[in-house]
Amino acid sequence: MSRAKLRRMLPRVIVNGAVILAMALWIVPTLGLFITSFRPASEVTSSGWWTVLSSPLKFTQFTIENYRSVLSTGGMTTAFRNSFIITIGGTVVPVFVAALAAFGLSKLHFGGRTFFYGLIVMMLVVPTQMTFIPVLRLYNKLSLSGTFLGLTLVHTGYGLPFAVFMLHNFFDALPDDLFQAAYIDGASVWTTFVRLAIPLSIPAIASLVIFQFLFVWNDLLVALIYLGGHESVAPLTMRLSSLVGSYGQSWHLLTAAAFVSMFVPLVVFFSLQKYFVRGILGGAVKG
Amino acid sequence: MKRKAGFLTPLAYVGPAVAFLLVYQLYPAVQTVIYSFLDRRSESFVGLENYKYVFTSPTMLRAFKNNLLWVVFFTAGTVGFGLLLAILVDRVKYESLAKSVIFMPMAVSFVGAGVVWKFMYNYRPPGAAQIGLLNQILEVLGFKPIGWLIESPVNNFALIVVGLWIWTGYCMVILSAAYKGIPKELLEAGQVDGARDLQLFWHIIIPEMRPALSVVVTTMLVNVLKIFDIIYVMTNGNYGTEVIANRMYKEMFQFANTGRASAIAVVLFLIIIPIMYYNIRSKLKGEE
Repeated sequence: MSRAKLRRMLPRVIVNGAVILAMALWIVPTLGLFITSFRPASEVTSSGWWTVLSSPLKFTQFTIENYRSVLSTGGMTTAFRNSFIITIGGTVVPVFVAALAAFGLSKLHFGGRTFFYGLIVMMLVVPTQMTFIPVLRLYNKLSLSGTFLGLTLVHTGYGLPFAVFMLHNFFDALPDDLFQAAYIDGASVWTTFVRLAIPLSIPAIASLVIFQFLFVWNDLLVALIYLGGHESVAPLTMRLSSLVGSYGQSWHLLTAAAFVSMFVPLVVFFSLQKYFVRGILGGAVKG
Repeated sequence: MKRKAGFLTPLAYVGPAVAFLLVYQLYPAVQTVIYSFLDRRSESFVGLENYKYVFTSPTMLRAFKNNLLWVVFFTAGTVGFGLLLAILVDRVKYESLAKSVIFMPMAVSFVGAGVVWKFMYNYRPPGAAQIGLLNQILEVLGFKPIGWLIESPVNNFALIVVGLWIWTGYCMVILSAAYKGIPKELLEAGQVDGARDLQLFWHIIIPEMRPALSVVVTTMLVNVLKIFDIIYVMTNGNYGTEVIANRMYKEMFQFANTGRASAIAVVLFLIIIPIMYYNIRSKLKGEE
């Protein structure tokens, strides 16, 4: 190989090497977790997970016993159901309330709408920590703590500023003339919202839904605060974090439980990644 | 001509959101400020007592120090690696695959990521078979295994690495979009002028990406000030790894001290305000 050719190839080798190294750094920890979750307890404690790589096709060294065990006695089945209930409520309600508000602030012309929009965006500054104690006290009075309804409402309150901010920008980009024409044709405000604004902003709404879905599914802190010690309503994140305490060194079970909690978000992520990325970009750069 | 709306229609659309924000944001924020001047049960006025605790107690000072460590290394790490990866992946053919892999931890919970890394950091005394990958590597290289999560100050850095693993992908995705948005002519003009890669980087790439960079930096700063899950799951603030948000949680539930917990929240809020203000301003600017 000539020296000139070598000099041209060298940067490419370095770039590829660096990217592949980075990919390995991101894959290996998760791979270790995944492999361990399929190994019998005795082997998990006596040898590292990487030892299976010397004979990866020896299927007798793997077992699904750990999954059976966390799903039956680890309380992961109930937690899985709870996560679904919490996440669906915590996604549908805030997105709907935010869509209404964003539409009103963008397409209805009334006094004070700049003020209200400013007020909502201003709430982005408030860390949730500022709200925990008063809201929890209110919830204790109203018996809302430890309930799915209470948690849904909390996620709505917390998710709204960002959701309104994002959808408002999208609705603003829709031409006013379009709505004008619809009104002239006799359409009501509600009709233009449901038939025009919503269908035209499906990409933005899809992004927001995925964003909020993953956010609520993965939330630990808000659930800890408002669900307290109620195991019967605890979502996967709470269940998993208490297993970290109680299972301690039972890595065969912990890894299986962790994977159960990661399964849904990973499926959502890999199948709808485009929308998720768009949501992040929509919220982060373009506003 | 724009549609004139009365009073009732806007109320029906915007009202619910405003009501939610009053109940879940505005009212509690004001109430928390009031609580921060009251005692542990919010019964009597104690002046600045709780703030004195926040700024002088050894536990809180420890938490501030650790959060500062997080601010420096986490922010520099996520943004720095994110930027580097954004530029690197642009030059390989399997760009989208590489991005998916690095971005993936954003989809799973911090609790899940905490378990992944607790396993990576697993420690067993020398002589026993290591089951944590990092200590196995150390042993192969002839070093003694390290109690990554127990030994201070290495444990703070071990926790920060978990944070980097989760958030670098987020920074990369945003910075990658901004990098691709730099007009190609600009980069080519720079190359024609004979600018070296580093000059191109400092004089064209960085200034062109400034809006995205400021959004990413401020977002990471706010994240890191509120960092909770990773600490809660991996060390619960023991062995000198306490941080502000975890301390607030403890004051609230473990010690049932509403006054102190509120004062911590208020201090956190005051630190976050200027950063968020800058963050939102950058986002609004990005819109234009």
